[in-house]
Amino acid sequence: MQSFPLLSLTIWLPIIGGIAVLGSGDKAPGVSKWLALAFAVITFLVSLGLWTGFDAGTAAMQFVERSPWIETFDVYYYLGVDGISMPLIILTTFVTIFVIIAGWEVIQYKPSHYMAAFLIMEGLMVGVFSALDAILFYVFWEAMLIPMFIVIGVWGGPNRVYATIKFFLFTFFGSVFMLVALIYMYFQAGTFEIVASQPGLPSFHGLRLGKTEQILIFIAFLLAFAVKVPMWPVHTWLPDAHVEAPTGGSVILAAIMLKIGGYGFLRFSLPIAPDASAALDWLIIVMSLIAVVYIGFVALVQQDMKKLIAYSSIAHMGFVTLGFFIVFTILTKDTATGSGVLGISGGMVQMVSHGFISGALFLCVGVLYDRLHSREISAYGGVVNTMPLFGAFMVFFAMANAGLPGTSGFVGEFMVILASFQADFWYAFLAATTLILGAAYTLWMVKRVIFGPVANDKVAALKDANGRELFVLGSLAAAVLVLGIWPAPLVEVMDVTIQNLVQQIAVSKLPGAVGPTVAAVRF
Amino acid sequence: MANIYLTIVLAPLIGAIVAGFFGARIGRAGAHWMTILGVGISTLLSLYVVKRFVFDGQEVFNEPVYTWMVADGISFQIGFLVDKLTALMIAVVSFVSLMVHIYTIGYMADDEHNWPKESLAGRNGYQRFFSYISLFTFSMLMLVMSNNFLQLFFGWEAVGLVSYLLIGFWSVRESAIFANLKAFLVNRVGDFGFILGIAAVAMYFQSLDYLTVFGKAPELADTELQIFGDSSWNLMTTICVLLFIGAMGKSAQVPLHVWLPDSMEGPTPISALIHAATMVTAGIFMVARMSPLYELSETALSFVMVIGATTAFFMGLIGLAQNDIKRVVAYSTLSQLGYMTAALGASAYAAGIFHLMTHAFFKALLFLAAGSVIIAMHHDQDIRNMGGIRKYMPYTWITFLIGTLALIGFPGFSGFFSKDAIIEAVHASQVAGSGYAWVLLTIGVFITALYSFRLYFIVFHGKERMDEHTRHHLHETPAVVWVPLVLLAIPSVVIGWITIEPVLFGDWFKDAIQVAPEHDVLAHLGEHYHGQWAFVLHGLTGAPFWLALAGFGVAALVFWHWFTKDPRIEEKLRNKVAWLYQVLDRKYGFDEFYQRFFAAGSRGIGRALWAGGDRAVIDGVLVDGSARTVGRFAQLVRKLQTGRLYNYAIAMILGLVVLQAIFVIF
Repeated sequence: MQSFPLLSLTIWLPIIGGIAVLGSGDKAPGVSKWLALAFAVITFLVSLGLWTGFDAGTAAMQFVERSPWIETFDVYYYLGVDGISMPLIILTTFVTIFVIIAGWEVIQYKPSHYMAAFLIMEGLMVGVFSALDAILFYVFWEAMLIPMFIVIGVWGGPNRVYATIKFFLFTFFGSVFMLVALIYMYFQAGTFEIVASQPGLPSFHGLRLGKTEQILIFIAFLLAFAVKVPMWPVHTWLPDAHVEAPTGGSVILAAIMLKIGGYGFLRFSLPIAPDASAALDWLIIVMSLIAVVYIGFVALVQQDMKKLIAYSSIAHMGFVTLGFFIVFTILTKDTATGSGVLGISGGMVQMVSHGFISGALFLCVGVLYDRLHSREISAYGGVVNTMPLFGAFMVFFAMANAGLPGTSGFVGEFMVILASFQADFWYAFLAATTLILGAAYTLWMVKRVIFGPVANDKVAALKDANGRELFVLGSLAAAVLVLGIWPAPLVEVMDVTIQNLVQQIAVSKLPGAVGPTVAAVRF
Repeated sequence: MANIYLTIVLAPLIGAIVAGFFGARIGRAGAHWMTILGVGISTLLSLYVVKRFVFDGQEVFNEPVYTWMVADGISFQIGFLVDKLTALMIAVVSFVSLMVHIYTIGYMADDEHNWPKESLAGRNGYQRFFSYISLFTFSMLMLVMSNNFLQLFFGWEAVGLVSYLLIGFWSVRESAIFANLKAFLVNRVGDFGFILGIAAVAMYFQSLDYLTVFGKAPELADTELQIFGDSSWNLMTTICVLLFIGAMGKSAQVPLHVWLPDSMEGPTPISALIHAATMVTAGIFMVARMSPLYELSETALSFVMVIGATTAFFMGLIGLAQNDIKRVVAYSTLSQLGYMTAALGASAYAAGIFHLMTHAFFKALLFLAAGSVIIAMHHDQDIRNMGGIRKYMPYTWITFLIGTLALIGFPGFSGFFSKDAIIEAVHASQVAGSGYAWVLLTIGVFITALYSFRLYFIVFHGKERMDEHTRHHLHETPAVVWVPLVLLAIPSVVIGWITIEPVLFGDWFKDAIQVAPEHDVLAHLGEHYHGQWAFVLHGLTGAPFWLALAGFGVAALVFWHWFTKDPRIEEKLRNKVAWLYQVLDRKYGFDEFYQRFFAAGSRGIGRALWAGGDRAVIDGVLVDGSARTVGRFAQLVRKLQTGRLYNYAIAMILGLVVLQAIFVIF
């Protein structure tokens, strides 16, 4: 079982790389960048081993590594991936490469520190996705905030102090409750293992908790994950953080960090507190639908491109949480109308797809910002006249963001709309408004920024995207297109894991109960 | 045959990719030859497919190409269903597309004049345009050849995308980029319904494959869909209405029609191809394809018919008040789409598709001929500045006249057969609303003839009203422009005569379209059908013919006879019915209402939620508010930390006393 430590390598390679990049310093320009790029690419290639070596036929944890870490508290260095975490790890290593390239000549102030921060962050985020010990998870979870805090705080915009403090307090506020829940479960289970390392051994997933305990634990997790996702109404940190963050920070924030919230729901909330999830699913559904509709309207009136994309992220993440939590409504209906797998798979696809699309859109804004030093929509107009290649990419990603079939943006939304129809006509009705709202806010922005006559002298002087920028945008466009035209590989890789998850959460975990979750409690 | 079908769709795609990505390298000629080759291959193979169906007893083809994904037990596939309905559609689409490709060589030849000199967006615009129309052809072929709802939606949105790109092709024009955004968003309103319809199908049928769904539909005919508590809707009605909302967007039916007239901002070749002959008929095709579902819901059929007839009549009226040559034709398209839709509502799906086909030829012809005039007029589209053009442009003149005659339903021309069949079918229909529809469609014939000949006479006859410079340069467009007109004029005349028997009254659609016996109006008409001659002769005795003649007569009197003498005659007439003209000129106020209510309303809601919800309540009160509260509290508590020893000593003593007291008392 203890074979080649591929996961450890994926975690520690970029962290060691980050330290090396830090050590290389900024005296000889270029060294740190190439070093960082090399580490990012190698990490990505290493992580591909997780995909090629992955057995999609089992829901069990794979690439497991387990050794004692802090024995007094039963804390283990325990790693493993399943069909839910593996795609997110690949997404992380993939996107990091482009963040490094995107910062290439843009970051003038201490580039080695900047690159190092992203590499270290990459390792920590992979750690979050692969940790199967609660304390290890928590350590990665909190540690990940530090490089992001630094990135926004050092390379951020003029209002970065407010943004970083807000970002830090929001997320920290959520995670302390999670820590309490983790410790409580340790006392119940006698272990910090989230998933049992061997069948029959105690673990968080094996716990049977009473109704009140489940509810409290569910709420504690909700506070942590809802802030991360972010869900309405704890989303207001995100637009501020994005606006102040440098391009790379925004990309990682949108593409990866938000997904950690969604991942948390699947790894903790649903399997550990299925009865509470079933009882409180309406709360999440309402919050998700508000995110889709309310935030859609708010995005429409944003004047700042980054804010607009940030709000669009919140709306798109609403689909993720909606897809995850409609499962209980579907399970209460006749079995003939679906099992709930579609919604959860859809949420997962949406997370991966949103990683590409929102990342690409933030990079697009970065390309413009680097030239004109403004994110205001009104500062632009007719950009396509001077930057035709860039314009083509921006229109492409805007269409993907509007969920055009053939792009990845469609797949997740489509699956979630189909699944929510199984749950309730009106869920689907409200969710489907994104077809109109999403197109409206994205394409209206495109109209004002890209199309039209040249708006001013600054736009007239713009230079089209250079080879480096085109490479970054082109690679992401390819990913968006491939996933849109052929999502089968991604869906297949997750399928068994998600089926297993649905089976697990369909059965009540109240002490002594044997029936389905939904019958147990509902209020 | 699988390879042939695959080649039919992929050839235009390859052309589009080459012209799009390597346009600069292969140059203009390379781009147009490459795309024409691709579409040409599709056209030939499509005609071959039709031939196989007509003469060789070709079997229906239904096979997947690849599996898009499998989720939750539903297999989502990309695949082809080729039956006679598909064969007819691919032949029409690829043929019209080929004509438009050839025509575009002439139309876009001077495209650089449409761009500011320094704009890089206009560079290689010619190649880009060819790439787009080829991509459109690919998308449209995928749409009509689909064997499942997923691919249908793919094609549906892909043609919408290309339409968006082409309406806004001249992206430096504010009106163009307003129109393309409007088109996309209005279509998205339709797609909103469409995707819900697909979701309902996926839920209840556990499959998106056409034939599986159609096979299972009768079992689910009485299923009810829970809506609120105990109230429920019939499943089939819900599915059909939701899908039809999609069709209302794409096929521009009232009240989602507002985007089509504005789409005329795009270059004329695409108005002909996308906004007249093919894409806008996707909704008609879709409903015909879904006939096994629509037959199960009379409510939905009624809805379809009423919407169609309303569009046919009221949009035709607006055509009377337009002065832009393309917009007159655009309103005519709206009206004709209404006719097709009404036919669907009457369960005369075959008649709807028949009119779709004849209309594709003659309306593409009218648009391209109008484009020919526009080229000659140096891109002035106002008919008030035209007149007497027939002398200068004989080919354009004759082909435009042929198109007009086909449109108004001149006996023997293609439009005559299809339109007459629709009116008869609606007349025979028993579905609720058929009386209303029949009256509107019949009067619509008069309107059609009136606006068509108004346009014809004002443009081609009477005094030459253009300025001297334009008149001096006025001449017939090059062969690359007028030859496609001739090639389209031929089917505009004869296609109805040739195909009415198999398509309408024969068994051409027996595999593709299902009609319940009690709805089968075409079978009823078929009993009285005794060949083309008899049909024509019968037509001469019917009200539509005399109404068309009356329309022609009025147009000839007013817009030829009087107008030649006094070009201000129209204005004078309008002043007499100023209120009516106002209503028509403002297009019944749809645009203004949507602009104020939906567009401005959404922005208002957005602003209110942002300022009120996000900034005032969440951030203002909760986030920053709690931060401030903590801050204030800290300020308060800080005062206790005076740093003076005697303060602390007093506090300690007081505390001691209080504690003592508590212990003593309790």
